[in-house]
Amino acid sequence: MFKIIIIILQLILFIIISPVLSGLISKIKNNIRMRKGQGILQPYYNLAKLSSKGEVVSETASWIFRITPFVVFASMLVSALLIPVFILRSPLNHAGDFLALIFIFSLGRFFLALSALDTGSSFGGMGSSREMFISSLAEPAFCMAVFAVSLQFGSTDISAFSGAHTIAVSSIVAGVTLFLVTIAETSRIPVDNQETHLELTMVHEAMLLEYSGRSLALIEMAAYIKQMILFFLIAQIVFPITLPVYGNLPQIFFWILWYLGRIIIIAIAVALVEVSVAKMRLFRVADFLGLAFVLGVIASVCAILGV
Amino acid sequence: MSDFFPKQFFLFDPLSLFFLFVIFIISLPSAVYSLGYLKGGYSSAKITLAWFLLLIFVLSMAFVVTVSNVLVFLVFWEIMSLISYFLVVFDTKHEKSIQAGMIYIIMTHIGTAFLIAAFMMLYKHAGSFDFNAIKSACQIMPGQTKNIIFLLLLAGFGTKAGIVPLHIWLPYAHPQAPSHISSIMSGVMIKTAIYGIIRFVIYILGVQSSWWGILLLVLAGITCLVGIIYALMVRDIKRLLAYSSVENIGIILLGVGLAMFFQSMNMPYLAILSMIAGLYHLINHAIFKGLLFLCAGSVYKATGTRDIEKLGGLIKKMPQTAVYFLIGAMGISALPPLNGFVSEWLTLQAFFLGALNIIGGAKVFLVICAAILALTSGLAAACFVKAFGITFLALPRSNYAKDAKEVPLSMKAGMFFLSLLVIVFGLAAVKIIKILALVSSSVTGFDISSMSFSFNNFTLSPQADKHIYLSTPLLALLLIVLGVAGFVIYRLFGRGKTIIYNTWDCGYYKIGPRNEYTATAFSKPFRIAFSFFLLPYRKTQKIRESFYHVKSFAYETYTTPVFKRYIYEPLLALIFKTAKSMRKIQLGSIHLYLGYIFITLVLLIVFIRQF
Repeated sequence: MFKIIIIILQLILFIIISPVLSGLISKIKNNIRMRKGQGILQPYYNLAKLSSKGEVVSETASWIFRITPFVVFASMLVSALLIPVFILRSPLNHAGDFLALIFIFSLGRFFLALSALDTGSSFGGMGSSREMFISSLAEPAFCMAVFAVSLQFGSTDISAFSGAHTIAVSSIVAGVTLFLVTIAETSRIPVDNQETHLELTMVHEAMLLEYSGRSLALIEMAAYIKQMILFFLIAQIVFPITLPVYGNLPQIFFWILWYLGRIIIIAIAVALVEVSVAKMRLFRVADFLGLAFVLGVIASVCAILGV
Repeated sequence: MSDFFPKQFFLFDPLSLFFLFVIFIISLPSAVYSLGYLKGGYSSAKITLAWFLLLIFVLSMAFVVTVSNVLVFLVFWEIMSLISYFLVVFDTKHEKSIQAGMIYIIMTHIGTAFLIAAFMMLYKHAGSFDFNAIKSACQIMPGQTKNIIFLLLLAGFGTKAGIVPLHIWLPYAHPQAPSHISSIMSGVMIKTAIYGIIRFVIYILGVQSSWWGILLLVLAGITCLVGIIYALMVRDIKRLLAYSSVENIGIILLGVGLAMFFQSMNMPYLAILSMIAGLYHLINHAIFKGLLFLCAGSVYKATGTRDIEKLGGLIKKMPQTAVYFLIGAMGISALPPLNGFVSEWLTLQAFFLGALNIIGGAKVFLVICAAILALTSGLAAACFVKAFGITFLALPRSNYAKDAKEVPLSMKAGMFFLSLLVIVFGLAAVKIIKILALVSSSVTGFDISSMSFSFNNFTLSPQADKHIYLSTPLLALLLIVLGVAGFVIYRLFGRGKTIIYNTWDCGYYKIGPRNEYTATAFSKPFRIAFSFFLLPYRKTQKIRESFYHVKSFAYETYTTPVFKRYIYEPLLALIFKTAKSMRKIQLGSIHLYLGYIFITLVLLIVFIRQF
């Protein structure tokens, strides 16, 4: 029973909280640029608006296009359930580990890329091709970050590093690697730009171009959840705290505050990166992710050396 | 002389039975599929011939993995190669088939030559052709000889398996055969080479030093990357699948090489785990590659072309084939909860636990190997997004695809069975691992009674005390439940109507198939990112009406076939040059030739006396 409550709480937490992170990042960016900017809650308004609107589906599209929002949404929620939030071992800890997370992410992406090709629009194809390009280069870096953390703590269990008391060098480097991967995976500047709808530069947005209404709302929601998962992981690696093995509720709510505090720090870092660098050309992204990969290897070597 | 007539021909140990299972589980659906596939395309005499060849082909493979005598093994190995050559050139009206067959038969015989050399050395030491006799003789064999035999075996079996740079024949030969044969060749035949490596190197010869495993890992890593990068570039769907077979052989060999490495380090648990990962990927690859080749055959049968740039929109014309192809593509891209995911996860896990537990600098090496596997799996996902997306989605790009019809029942039945297996082998991972553990134990000789690879009947756990778990049934359940939850939310919140309308065309004019993204365009970022290896070049030509008006513009892009250009062509040139200079001693005089024979005889006698 306790487990089911935890599962439901975790789902609700991710669904409720995750959009605010994007709102926060965009608010910080706008403030740094001396603009007033949209409110922090804007993503919610967007979602509400999208779900009340009608939907246009391309006549070219097949059932792939129709099921993709659900596959993407489900795969992100599954990933959200695998990571420990309230108690040390997530109730669904047995379903998969840190390495499995990489593959579950790629499930959603695979379908999104297919749906982009499904409508026959060349924007979609462009987005699909570029997204697969970026993600396939991000994969080894992601894998290295996972390896570094797992080697440091002796297990690929996601809960393993949630019990850490001290910060190791390898954890910090792995955290930075994961941060770079996150920038690529959540389509942030300098890899991609969420705010643009310019044909020649958009990557993730190009894939979603044909989606509208409720389907788009689900996919956006999935993207928010993915972002929050990655922020959670970075936060837990770089600012580790020991989670209670068996939760007692007051303690859990205390942790939530600290948890969210750490995530906000990551969000600020992402916003700072976004305002301070320019977007790269697509083929420079290979260098960017190459850097992430090298950092990941360094993190693994640090973990092997035990520092 | 009595050694030539062995008392015992067959060996039915777990390894042989496992491979026998792999052979039949792919061959049966392929045979059913061929009922519909051959009909209409060939004359009745040719269909009879195809069935006859298929039967001998499958039987010869079955014998290859069960005989217990080196000489008999070689005979069946050769029958298998020859029959598959006839199957490659089965479509004799194609010029390409003949050429592909030529490359194939030359390469396969070079491989066999290495094998014969290795087997002769084994015979020289053991004085017998029997597996068990050789196995016991190998325990007292000098290390240097063992190293040489290992390298010979690796070259011999590597040619058959398609290890880079010996893979050159594979992308020519596999696509050229009829599709049900391609499915057996890629799904099963190249696996007999893996059988050879496991049987002769690990079981008979015994892993001697850790560099054997490291060498295999390096080759496997290169094979993975080269295979998948080429697969991304090609636009012939069957060639794409053939290159992807090269990649998957690399992944299998990562598992097998790792097992050899751990065996030489005397780490039983990790050796067994890596072997399980390798064998698991082997059977997975047999299943999904068999399935994908059958689907590609259906597409070819329905449209008459294998060029994916001319396809598109088939999901509406051939809905069932599309579903089967999608399942196969998801399996090969290692998406949870299907089978490829489990085996790649296990391989990564083997690398991780290896890096955790061994001592010394090899840790970093294993970590880098894992990164290569991760990159490969990312590129494979991109490759199969391309293969499925361009072939089946959007609008038909040509009349070939416009007039496609769904294939007959027998073909669908074959594909249905294999796509079911993709799902079953994903969900029933624990059961399969228990069986594979038995196989691995019989090969490596390690005792597995105290080892456990699963937590309960649904959860894999390579190290339960470290809480490393993976449960594909649970993941599948979660995905379905949460997907349905998403659907419920979608229904509850939405009041808006769904309208079917044109794809957004920028308000320009109605877009058509010519506006769609192509496979070449899809792979362009990869072509540029890997240009240091692919060496792409292009030819452009403007046809002008006048100085100001270009009437049409031709654009062709190519990638340089690096291995052909820089290894095989110089080699061939060298051979021709040598042959030419040899002509100087061929004067056509019979006396001279008798003299040559005499000199050779004398030299041989001296050689035998000396060594």
